[in-house]
Amino acid sequence: MNTAAIQQLLHERFGSGVGPVESARLSDAVEVDPLSVDEIALFLRDQPDLAFDCLNNLSGTDRPARGKIQVTYELFSYVHRHAFVLKVDARRDRPQVKTVENVWPAANWLEREVYDLLGVVFLGHSDLRRLLLPDDWIGYPLRKDYVEAPEYHGISTVRESILALPERR
Amino acid sequence: MRAYLDAVAAGYPSTSPALVYLLGMLAFGALVVFVFILPVAGITSWVERRVWARIQSRIGPNRVGPGGFLQWLADGLKNLLKEDVIPAAVDVPMFRLAPYVVVAGFCAAFVALPFAGSLIIADLNIGILYISAITSLVVIGILMAGWSSNNKWSMLGGIRSATQIICYEIPVGLSIFPAVLLSGTLSMQGIVAAQGWAPTSWHMFHSPFAFVAFVMFFVGALAEGNRTPFDLPEADSELVAGFATEYSGMRSLLFFLAEWGNLYVIGVLVSTLFMGGWQVPHFTDNAVVLTVAQFATMFLKAYFWVFVAMWVRATLPRVRVDQFMTLCWKYMVPIGLVNVIGAATVMVLLPDGSIVLRLIMVTVAVAILVQFARRVLFHLHRADYGRLGRIGEGAA
Amino acid sequence: MSLELEFDDGREVFATEEMTLNMGPQHPSTHGVLRFIIRADGEVMRSAKADVGYLHRSIEKIAEKVGWHGFMPYTDRVDYVAAMTTNQAWAIAAEALGGVTVPRRGEYCRVIAAELGRICSHLLAAGAMGMDIGAITPFTHAVRERELINDLLEELCGARLTFNYMRIGGVAWDLPPGFDAKVLRFLNHFEPYVDELDDLLSNNKIYIERLANVAVVSRERAIAYCLVGPNLRASGVRYDIRKHLPYSVYPEFDFEVPIGTGRHGSVGDCWDRYIVRLDEMRQSARILRQALEGLPEGPVIAKVPRNYKPAAGEVHVHVETPRGDQSWYVVADGTEYPYRVHIRTGSFAAMSIIEELSRGLMVADLVALIASFDIVAPEVDR
Repeated sequence: MNTAAIQQLLHERFGSGVGPVESARLSDAVEVDPLSVDEIALFLRDQPDLAFDCLNNLSGTDRPARGKIQVTYELFSYVHRHAFVLKVDARRDRPQVKTVENVWPAANWLEREVYDLLGVVFLGHSDLRRLLLPDDWIGYPLRKDYVEAPEYHGISTVRESILALPERR
Repeated sequence: MRAYLDAVAAGYPSTSPALVYLLGMLAFGALVVFVFILPVAGITSWVERRVWARIQSRIGPNRVGPGGFLQWLADGLKNLLKEDVIPAAVDVPMFRLAPYVVVAGFCAAFVALPFAGSLIIADLNIGILYISAITSLVVIGILMAGWSSNNKWSMLGGIRSATQIICYEIPVGLSIFPAVLLSGTLSMQGIVAAQGWAPTSWHMFHSPFAFVAFVMFFVGALAEGNRTPFDLPEADSELVAGFATEYSGMRSLLFFLAEWGNLYVIGVLVSTLFMGGWQVPHFTDNAVVLTVAQFATMFLKAYFWVFVAMWVRATLPRVRVDQFMTLCWKYMVPIGLVNVIGAATVMVLLPDGSIVLRLIMVTVAVAILVQFARRVLFHLHRADYGRLGRIGEGAA
Repeated sequence: MSLELEFDDGREVFATEEMTLNMGPQHPSTHGVLRFIIRADGEVMRSAKADVGYLHRSIEKIAEKVGWHGFMPYTDRVDYVAAMTTNQAWAIAAEALGGVTVPRRGEYCRVIAAELGRICSHLLAAGAMGMDIGAITPFTHAVRERELINDLLEELCGARLTFNYMRIGGVAWDLPPGFDAKVLRFLNHFEPYVDELDDLLSNNKIYIERLANVAVVSRERAIAYCLVGPNLRASGVRYDIRKHLPYSVYPEFDFEVPIGTGRHGSVGDCWDRYIVRLDEMRQSARILRQALEGLPEGPVIAKVPRNYKPAAGEVHVHVETPRGDQSWYVVADGTEYPYRVHIRTGSFAAMSIIEELSRGLMVADLVALIASFDIVAPEVDR
């Protein structure tokens, strides 16, 4: 089933929470409401002719120009061998998305990673802690406006080039 | 020895003879340790590394001395000179004491090992019982090391080791019985004397039961010696280094010394109990030559089993704790019990043994060996690395 | 561990105290820098919580700063055990966005390099697995064979680990003269070696006992946790990106996709995951033979501008690395820097299922489990 047909199905079922097909070059996606993504996900998984049993990829993209953080879900069905891309726009100042952990357990770590690096809060997530960075890290590095702190626990994050130092005589 | 000490004691009437005995024995013990035990353990370490390297397509230590032979001295020296780190949170007296307990346990076993007809430090009339008792001292040392290290991995290692040695004492003990029954004595020299130099007169070929006892003894001894496939206490991929994790320098080396030395003890025990020990044909009346020949025979037989243990270690994976227990309690202990009864039954039915049975046993053993050798040759042939050379050198 | 009496419903119950074990970050069998916080009752684990991130190098952030061509060497570091396939994934993503077509010879070079890399990685996985189970020899034998591939790849691109061989539009260098003959010679030597590894390790009774029926992943759980590659195929799902979502010139080759059969236990146990890798090495050798045979003439790299600026768009790329389907999500915004790169690696998915699988296993099984998933820590952390 192609993206348009799936969008049609979703639209019939969920109405205004499902946007039109977004055709970026090379990849089509459907944007849905961040607070009902869990229901849509459940539908996508359990509908027999969709049967998206695998969450293949989940990533976040910061789009400051639009004031959004976009979360992209790439779904795959091993039953029908078809793929589908779902997108969710979270508000940049208060990014909140419903978790899909209960639908696909793979989302547990993937959502933690997005939370860690982009600061998207997944509502209802069972264990939303930082995954890759230390627990006391400040800021979300994959946001476009992230500025690295000059030091972390007294360890400088700036490397001085010896060429910049005054020459020794 | 005793006569000599008596003479010395007579020379110093003012000192008590007991003191002279004590000092004399201490000096003699130190001599044995330095002249025999340390080199045997050390050289075993070198041999093991070279054998492994050969099996694993590596070279192994070859820099110190001819073929790297002096590597064990260099390692010992290096470890002696290394700082002996004692972590802050350990139980210091226990931590310091543990390696010595282990080494004492293994050195004490040498007291009753028969090296040749006249070469034995003390031919105790309970020799084999003494050895199986005193080698269990090792477990106390290992448990002490594991517990006092204040490290959970070490503790797991120590406890695994304790379980292991305590469990396998039973099948090992049961497999000693047939040999003891056949000899009618617990004395090590007595057990050797009950056998002859020819394989047909060895205990292991007396009856199928004796052969099973021999196999079980070797397997159990590997387990007691913490050797692969039973090296759970120091399973490096699971427990880092097990009970030895927190040790450094010479203290750490002492554990390994005991391990390598134990290998030799295992070899001697297997040879003594089942393979005729130092027995050689009486080819000369010269006592010295005979003793040397006996010593060499014993050494080669023992070292053959040391080599097999190395081979096994380089080949087999490690069993898991529960499988290890299953093997002991569900298989080896029942088999051992049945085996003792079987061996005794054969002795009752054939009080003087049966040469036909012995010959059949030997033939079967030879057939198994030949088949095994053919398999090894087949694999060597198939691997065929000699002809390959390095891919990088010129196109085919 | 201490025994204590507990009173539960008036009955006397002997209970053992739970122990918290810290496995890693420096531990011999965590294959890199991983950490597990194990709650264990003696040797039996109640749970093993993974703590990752010790090797996080913010490769995705670096991608946004270094430009399209410049990111290629960094992809080596995503999975340094099999750098070729990661190279290839990035090249494919960038080519898709920029509309570049790779010359056929370039594609063949890529396949040859990638399959050599796959054998390399699986050899290391199989050997390390043996070592984690306690058999030391298979590892050295596997590394000995791997060394031959390293020599070949060194000749190909000058590096033995982080190759940086592929470029957007093709590969950096053509095969050196006589290379195909050497690869063939290697394959003639290598294919019997896999059988030897079977004798040495796969069919060893202790090895089978240690792995069969341990940490069984059912087909459903494998898919739900997004296990990929050999880990997924071991659970009985016949799905290989090279076959079912083909890229490069893989449709031209004839090869099979081995799956776990549960020969010694149940489908999806540790032994199946191990044997699938072994079978895959044989298949890779098959692909290599075909690729060497059908190697076309021509250029190896397309004309690509130095200042590479693909038009805005986004692409999802899937590449079959030795650790399975590596899923790349790359967004371009028309500038000379990628806007966003996200890599979902095979090890990452495998790590997330370990906590669920670890319940009730023994500490020794956890080691086998990590090894059977062939987890490479930097790939988890990126």
